[in-house]
Amino acid sequence: MAAETAKVDPMKQFMIEPMFGTQELALGGFNIAFTNSALWMVIAGVALFVFMIGGMKRELVPGRWQMAVETFTGFIDDMLEANVGKEGRKYVPYIFSLFMFILFANLLGLLPVGLVGVHPFTFTSHFTVTGIFAIMSFGIVLLVGFWKHGLKFFSLFVPHGTPLPMIPIIFPIELISFLVRPFSLALRLFVAMMAGHVLLKVLSSFVIDSWGAGAGFGVLVGIPSFILMIGISALEILVAGIQAYVFALLSSLYINDAEHLH
Amino acid sequence: MPQIAQIMETWSSQVFWLLIVFGLVFFVIGRGMVPKVLDTVGLRDKQIADDLAAAQAARDAADAQEEAWRKQENANRDAAQKLVAEAKSSAQAANEAKMAKVQSAIDTRMDEAEAAINASREAAASEIEAVAAQAARDIAKQIAHVEVSAAAAKAAVQKAIANG
Repeated sequence: MAAETAKVDPMKQFMIEPMFGTQELALGGFNIAFTNSALWMVIAGVALFVFMIGGMKRELVPGRWQMAVETFTGFIDDMLEANVGKEGRKYVPYIFSLFMFILFANLLGLLPVGLVGVHPFTFTSHFTVTGIFAIMSFGIVLLVGFWKHGLKFFSLFVPHGTPLPMIPIIFPIELISFLVRPFSLALRLFVAMMAGHVLLKVLSSFVIDSWGAGAGFGVLVGIPSFILMIGISALEILVAGIQAYVFALLSSLYINDAEHLH
Repeated sequence: MPQIAQIMETWSSQVFWLLIVFGLVFFVIGRGMVPKVLDTVGLRDKQIADDLAAAQAARDAADAQEEAWRKQENANRDAAQKLVAEAKSSAQAANEAKMAKVQSAIDTRMDEAEAAINASREAAASEIEAVAAQAARDIAKQIAHVEVSAAAAKAAVQKAIANG
């Protein structure tokens, strides 16, 4: 890896470090050290809480902040209404928490707080975290599916109008595509977040190293890289929103499968 | 890649803290705050819908009142027009009667006047005859020294007048 020559290790930002001397903290033999990752989870949760406080004024004529909160809740409400229908209402708390928590995590990880010496950490760039989100969504799908439909839930894997002789072939294909869902859900978010952050770090190492190699390299390589970084930063803000949306949208689509089969 | 390199030391801490934080987010924000926000929105939507319905009802009532007023107004106008027409026709009838009376009075007076004129003319004509006969007797006496009887003079004058 280019880490030795670049002096900027693009992977260092994903390092998990225990904080406040809690590296030995354990529960039932499992290490539960309060890490920088956990710290940013707490920051995202608190930021989300503070954001939501603004929506609790419950005024008849909403102010800007209340309007913003209501826009987000309405957005999730409409999405579930459109994808799941009336039954979708009871999933609003979960999908809203999921969407907003991921969105805040993604956006907070992009904050340029590195300028003041704080190391931002995007915990959604860890598949341990996105994996748990995916397992939760998938678990809800399985629970709801088997709770509502019992063994009929397996008819999800036989699309309507499948000819009888095709069922032995279609069923395993559908089953595998169903079982792959939590992995695709987790990996999509993790890869998208990680790729963007790595790209930004690699480009920043180009800027630093090219200026270190001389003004000619700096103008030729550093400045275009810097311009590219600005563009990609904007793109990353977009990706942060899109990935949170995709995660919430796919979760609601999968829940729709569980609620209505096909 | 630290995500893989550190997985053995960190996965339990990641899972633990994520479940705690996301659990709090879910129960405090998702279950606690989101329904209230949605309630607020629902309440507002309901109030707006109610207000719109009330406005629509008021508008309908106003339309109905206007319709009733228009009907009343039309009836009033018809009645007024009828009254005017009646007055006009009765006035016309009275006028005509008066005119006929006046006309007949005028006609009578015309007839009387005509009769009087005829009588005067006849009287005048007989006077002219008498005067002409007297004149003819005088002329005959002065010029021809002929004594003409009054009856002969009168017959001659009448003959001359009749011949023109």
